[in-house]
Amino acid sequence: MTALSNEIAVRLRRVLEPEAVITDPVRLRTYECDGLTYHRATPGVVVLPETAEQIAEVVKICNEYGVPFVARGSGTGLSGGALPRSDGVLIVTSRMRRVLEIDIEGRRAVVEPGVTNLAITEAVRDQGYYYAPDPSSQQICSIGGNVAENSGGAHCLKYGFTVNHVEACEIVTPDGDLVWLDRMDAGYDLLGTFIGSEGTLGVTTKIVVRLSRAPETVTTILAAFESIEQGGEAVSAIIAAGIVPAAIEMMDALAIEAAEAAVACAYPAGAGAVLIVELDGPEPEVAHQFARIERICSGAFELRVAADPAERAAVWKGRKSAFAAVGRISPAYIVQDGVVPRTSLPRVLAGIDELSREHGIRVANVFHAGDGNLHPLVLFDDAEAGAGERAETVSGKILDLCIEHGGSITGEHGVGVDKSRYMPKMFTDDDLDTMQLVRCAFDPRNLSNPGKVFPTPRLCGEVPGVRKGVHPLVESGKAEQF
Amino acid sequence: MNDGALASATSDVVAKALVKTGVAVREAAADDEVAGVRPRWVALPETTEDVAALLGVCAEHDLAVVPVGGGTKLHWGRRPDRCDVLLDLCCLNEILEHAAGDLVVRVQAGVTMAALAEALAAHGQELALDVPLDGATVGGTLATATAGPRALRYGTARDLLIGITVVLADGTTAKSGGKVVKNVAGYDLGKLFTGSYGTLGVITEATFRLHPVPPDRRWVSASYPGPRLETKETGSSLYVPDPPERILVALAASQAEPSAIEIDWPAVDGPYRVSALLEGHAAAHRALAVQDLFHEHAPALDERAAAPRGWAVEVGEVAPEGWGRLPGDEVLVEVRAPVDRGQSVMVEVFDAARTTGLPAASRMWLGDHLVVLIGLPDDADPSAAAGFVALLRGGLEDDCRVRVVTAPHEAARRMDRWGHVGALTLMRRVKERFDPGRRMSPGRYVGGI
Repeated sequence: MTALSNEIAVRLRRVLEPEAVITDPVRLRTYECDGLTYHRATPGVVVLPETAEQIAEVVKICNEYGVPFVARGSGTGLSGGALPRSDGVLIVTSRMRRVLEIDIEGRRAVVEPGVTNLAITEAVRDQGYYYAPDPSSQQICSIGGNVAENSGGAHCLKYGFTVNHVEACEIVTPDGDLVWLDRMDAGYDLLGTFIGSEGTLGVTTKIVVRLSRAPETVTTILAAFESIEQGGEAVSAIIAAGIVPAAIEMMDALAIEAAEAAVACAYPAGAGAVLIVELDGPEPEVAHQFARIERICSGAFELRVAADPAERAAVWKGRKSAFAAVGRISPAYIVQDGVVPRTSLPRVLAGIDELSREHGIRVANVFHAGDGNLHPLVLFDDAEAGAGERAETVSGKILDLCIEHGGSITGEHGVGVDKSRYMPKMFTDDDLDTMQLVRCAFDPRNLSNPGKVFPTPRLCGEVPGVRKGVHPLVESGKAEQF
Repeated sequence: MNDGALASATSDVVAKALVKTGVAVREAAADDEVAGVRPRWVALPETTEDVAALLGVCAEHDLAVVPVGGGTKLHWGRRPDRCDVLLDLCCLNEILEHAAGDLVVRVQAGVTMAALAEALAAHGQELALDVPLDGATVGGTLATATAGPRALRYGTARDLLIGITVVLADGTTAKSGGKVVKNVAGYDLGKLFTGSYGTLGVITEATFRLHPVPPDRRWVSASYPGPRLETKETGSSLYVPDPPERILVALAASQAEPSAIEIDWPAVDGPYRVSALLEGHAAAHRALAVQDLFHEHAPALDERAAAPRGWAVEVGEVAPEGWGRLPGDEVLVEVRAPVDRGQSVMVEVFDAARTTGLPAASRMWLGDHLVVLIGLPDDADPSAAAGFVALLRGGLEDDCRVRVVTAPHEAARRMDRWGHVGALTLMRRVKERFDPGRRMSPGRYVGGI
């Protein structure tokens, strides 16, 4: 530990319980990465605050010494957004796990950032409510992390993302001020701007989430097709029919094989693709939509309908285990996250297939088909010389394909450290510089999670012509501003 | 006057520079005024590049710019500190790309919401956003973040916008988002610009996610008595016999899933009418469940008997009159409140109207919170209107927000327009970064931004 971090640790122990400031190198290493394990850095100091005020004090100390800070929830992120800085402080919110208020009539709950996504639903389920965004990691991921990443989930096709379900946040600004960003207030939508900024605009300390009423009916359908093309056509036909299901998920043969090996999900044998379609809402609407989907999926060689929650869980089991399951069929893999317009799916899938053949790298496809969000799993053997590099190449070229088709380099995992280098492929320098204006307004010293999202760190120099302080006309009493 | 005429008629260096962009520019007339401030020129760009060229010239000559679309809300917001160029975006009127299979549309900012709706309807699709004013454009709707009752189901403009192109004060063109419905790459400038009142730059293009037009719609409505004065020995107090939150909460919790809930309360001494919209194949069927819900929350027997034509729950296939519209033109006040404060809002509005002698017409809809729009007469006495706002704020500002959407200058200058804005310091810093020369709609928004 450097002399500087020693001194900072001493200061931090004045505002936090001494045991909440970690400097022991062995313990620090616990925090060296998030869900993206191939980027690692041992944090300079780790703090485990219990209150928003403590976080504000920590950030003020960071400002005083000019050292960067990174916030971390449960560390489940897949783009390295919570990768620590060896020269900085890692603020871990795992001790801030209180549900502060539940207001069923007002359909809202106030929670601390360390509360897990699923814990919110568990707190209100008995009363017929739930929290809609449902990332696959919902059992452990924190709501603070969800705010940073604007997390989605399988059901965001119908219900939207974190940003559509958060009404207000208390944040600690990169200067160390506690500020509420509230949709009720007039003025710029800074809340909407903050959500999804990957920790680069400050640290969330309280979140007001909207609760959703549990739907009257849920119907889950599993359709098995001989080919991925047939599955893709069914997806297009569902959207074209004007149906917005709660979720439409697809897996290809390789992904099914992996899921079968891992969790014995018993999907129909010989399927080239399976489609999971979930409908929810008022009973008569769901019944109508189901009848139409049955017709649309008439090309499927098997159609199963989950009759109860247990059967529904069985249908979802294979899909939800898919990422981890590929470990059964490959020693190593890269989880990719790209988006394409829904109608481009067949062409992009063909392109991925071509890349796979060309480079001799297998790719298992799992995707949120309804919104065009692909999660290709690029499989390789890390014991084989050069395989990792080839997998990396295929993975990158998949993103190129997404961009070529008018899509995005990330639908839900975020940019983090993993994809910042792809940002210039999707955005011009002017686009990125304009985003940087927001960054500089919030964090002129570039201390809040620096090195994430943007490809090259830019300095927030003085902008020529910036007027500081009160407008001269106001000062002279000639005008007033409201 | 065409641009050539302007060029020959003036030796003005600035006018010449504007004309040199190749964009049509004319001298401003009296009816081009922005909240009482007359610009010098009106420019009519046709493309994002035109806007960038114009703003470049405006930067060079320190000209203040106010963008305008349909002009339906040009009187909203504070009077600009200065206005040299009115940037009329009416000619940016192309629907650039409608990917029907993807349920996505990309449009120029000057396209009217009506023209967009018509084009989308031909494909059985819609942008699920209520438009309170006829003639409004995409850009104006975004810049002022107007919405309506269907926000309950679909969210507001910021929730439906998936990509945006803007031109900044220095002429830089930037975009964020894209044309896919799911995308977390980079900061979401669309959210920042939605509701920014033209103070950060000019919105030139927008991309939206669309919805299929619902095959069937039903509105279910019933009336409830308005606020009453109850006199006791200890004094008198106002109350609402059937607080609106009861039926609002019941409807919002209903598994019949209404898309929208609106309250029309045209006069403070009269009843209020609650309407819920059902959309879908089974709208008629679901309307029955909502009808039952209204019956469960019916007013007391004597109240029902007192209703002019008896009390009934009505189901209709067309929207009730004034659905999704604004309850006033020149003087509009908006309250945002937690849903359980419905009665408090009604009592305070009643009280403020009675004290100031101003008739107030209100419409409320339920979104993230209860949005209450209150219209006062166009010719309301400025002091009385200011008093109305102050009274309302005094009674509600603890946990609600009261803002003045629009008011004539004489009234507006007597009012605190925006009330409490928690993050004003950050907003000022954002404005300073985006528009350090204070040229974009200067002074029009919160804190004189």
